[in-house]
Amino acid sequence: MNIVFVLVPVTLILVSVGLWAFFWAVRCGQFDELDVASWEILVDERTQTPESPSGTLPP
Amino acid sequence: MSRNLSKPAPDLNAGGIEPGTCFHCAEPLIGDRMLWAQLQGREVPVCCAGCRAAAQLIAQLGLEEFYRFRTASSRTPAPSTTEWQHFDEPRLIQALTRAEGDDRSVMLLIDGLTCAACSWLIGRSLERIDGVSRASVNSATGRASIVWDEGKVALSRLLQVIADLGYRPHVVTPDAVDTQAREEQRAILRRLAVAGLGMMQVMMFAVALYAGDLQGMDANIRTYLRLASMLVATPVMLYGGWPFFVGACKALRMRSITMDVPVSLGLMLAYGASLLNTWRHAGDVYFDSVTMFIFFLTVARHVEIVARHRSNSVTDSLGRTMPQTAHRFDSASPEARLADVMVAELRSDDQLLVRGGEITPADGAILRGITHVDESMLTGEPLPVARGPGDSVAAGTLNLGAPVRLRVTAAGSATVLAHIVALLRRGQAERPRITRAADAMSSRFLGRVLLGALIVCAFWLIVDPSRAFAATLAVLVVACPCAFSLATLVAVASANATLARRGILVTHQDAIEGLAKVTRVVFDKTGTLTLGRVSVTGCETLGAPNEQECRRIAAALEAASEHPIGRAFSADVGTSVPADDVQVCAGAGIEGNVGDRRYRIGTPAFVLGGPAEDRGAIVLGCEQKALASFTVGDTIRPESAEIVGALRARGLGVEILSGDAEGPVRRLARQCGIDEYAARQSPAAKLLRVKGLTGRGEFVAMVGDGINDAPVLGEAGVSIAMSRGSALALASADLILVGDSLRSLPMAMDVAHRAKAIMRQNLLWAAGYNLTAMPLAALGWVPPWLAAIGMSLSSILVVLNSLRLMRGERSRSSVKFPLDIAPVSAVALSGELRS
Repeated sequence: MNIVFVLVPVTLILVSVGLWAFFWAVRCGQFDELDVASWEILVDERTQTPESPSGTLPP
Repeated sequence: MSRNLSKPAPDLNAGGIEPGTCFHCAEPLIGDRMLWAQLQGREVPVCCAGCRAAAQLIAQLGLEEFYRFRTASSRTPAPSTTEWQHFDEPRLIQALTRAEGDDRSVMLLIDGLTCAACSWLIGRSLERIDGVSRASVNSATGRASIVWDEGKVALSRLLQVIADLGYRPHVVTPDAVDTQAREEQRAILRRLAVAGLGMMQVMMFAVALYAGDLQGMDANIRTYLRLASMLVATPVMLYGGWPFFVGACKALRMRSITMDVPVSLGLMLAYGASLLNTWRHAGDVYFDSVTMFIFFLTVARHVEIVARHRSNSVTDSLGRTMPQTAHRFDSASPEARLADVMVAELRSDDQLLVRGGEITPADGAILRGITHVDESMLTGEPLPVARGPGDSVAAGTLNLGAPVRLRVTAAGSATVLAHIVALLRRGQAERPRITRAADAMSSRFLGRVLLGALIVCAFWLIVDPSRAFAATLAVLVVACPCAFSLATLVAVASANATLARRGILVTHQDAIEGLAKVTRVVFDKTGTLTLGRVSVTGCETLGAPNEQECRRIAAALEAASEHPIGRAFSADVGTSVPADDVQVCAGAGIEGNVGDRRYRIGTPAFVLGGPAEDRGAIVLGCEQKALASFTVGDTIRPESAEIVGALRARGLGVEILSGDAEGPVRRLARQCGIDEYAARQSPAAKLLRVKGLTGRGEFVAMVGDGINDAPVLGEAGVSIAMSRGSALALASADLILVGDSLRSLPMAMDVAHRAKAIMRQNLLWAAGYNLTAMPLAALGWVPPWLAAIGMSLSSILVVLNSLRLMRGERSRSSVKFPLDIAPVSAVALSGELRS
């Protein structure tokens, strides 16, 4: 059972790393806007559009 | 064509567009449709020129996928005659934007966002403009932040693009409230993570410890696990529990007791006892209970904060209705030059020019000019009213006709609008009816518990001092009002989340409780039972040409008008024949050539060229002879009758209170199957009626949308506003119907009743558990560890019972609500994505 003396600190370290990562993500504003991301992944990334190849606005 | 042809063409018909409705905004198409927009080589029907322009622009930009992924149809673009050029003045740029390196950044509030796809669309469109380095739009708050190079593109161009897409941008100065709200949300997320992860760890240790209690455990390991639990529980307690302690301190300083006080006391006692027992290597520890309690309370608080921010962003739209700048006549110069100034600089007796299509920036009296004013923002009434010299106009109303010269009578916080807002804010601050009752109950309860614990302690000290601590602690832990405080909290939170998913925003915590008590539903007419949109309801021809031809001619003439009535005509048939040499006579009508003849449309006096009987109809004439007379009015919502039926089937009384004339109200009441109605009701009369009903013991739910409804909404037991209603109605409402449809109303009643039933079960269970366990604990028959398990189990049971509300019926939602409450993974639509 002595293994717990090692395992518990290991889990605690892992948990703190996870918490730090979450704090970092929150600080970077990743949780400020939750609605766009969920479907933006579905939209094809088009660097050039067939309609306006220059990628700029039509006049 | 660089497009991959093997890819199936995107299903453009997404977003709930039914046949026979506009592709862009889903408004019904009336008459024989002539307007089409080109989208990916397909022709799609649209209802008006604004929708066509928006759809074409989206297609040109190659962003048609917007239509595939949007979850709600767009709003009909308002005809915009706003000139954005004046935003390019260096003085305004200085005041409204900030320098960011070589670029400038500006904050916009965008009106008309219906779902996340809109944010994406605007962000992408702006980022394709040369000179824009970053554009992000938050769909929840409607705020956009743009960083751009002033040298390459003017601010007015950016605003114009947003307007062309069918939205309405408003330049705002970034305020402190925004950052505060964001910080609050971020802080609660961090606390949630700490409490959640901490709880999981402590639970694992706790399982080991409980197993050890049953099977026997090495004393070393036992101590070690307890120390580890303490190590994890301490940050959870100090960081996660901090808001509760702060709240409790605040309440005590104000000499009142809120739920935070018993919560904090329970937490501190359990945590303190656990610390003590860990230190003296004896007794029991309750770190698991402490962390679990904090986690559940933080979850509830998180749901509440998210819901509040969402509803705030809906209600703070008042800021968008007011313009940023005004055209002021320079009183110093004799020829009275016009200068653009900030609205905040306006003073009484300033003279302003308000052009057609602009929003009146201050209360004032008209000096020169005749026009029509859209007061729907204040009154909810869709028909514009005529205003001439001497008449007063209120800040926030829209000038639809000719330019008028205005003398300011009140500006800034002195305007009528600002007064109403201030009144409402005060009303809102004084509302915590049911919450206060619950707090009073729990503080009484807690007082008794503390007294009981003292008596038990004294009793055992006399009888058997060795058992005194364990028994006292057991009483305190058993009596910890966890289940009590969670009983209503979690039920309300899950009811809110359920409603939010189906298109109803709950903005006041007591709304659910109130909704379950409703015995009578009172509807406003315009914009609630009706669509609040002007349309041509009748046409009477007086000989040749026939009705269809008359409607065509009328539409051709009215196409030149920005007036809502004019738009009703073009929505009626669409533009088909062009009219030329069109002249608009403000306040009278329109004259122009259609084909080879000259027609007039407008008031009878104008059309017939002499005094004529005016019965409110719009007359079409040719050479001073009437050809047809049109009646315009509001159309009933398609679902109104069905919803009224559903409410009556639930045994609720239904009635109409309207400011309108007798005739239309009676007609509407008949169409909806409502027997009780009152017409020509002023806001004060409405208020009196609702008060009378309340006095008779009825619990009234008021459904309205205009500012004249706002006082009544405040008085009613529960107030419900349509999401397209005026900002003030939204601000005073308990519930907001987001989908702009009444359909979800009966469902909301059902959810409220179920929530109420679950709350009752929860309270019964919590009370029953406490009443049976407390005497046993006092007698010393319950060891503290069993008390802790019992307390946790009763809390879990209460939570699970409440979560039943969120189960089922998910797929059946009629209105898809784009703003889900659950925090899913997130990547902001920001600059990083592009690079």
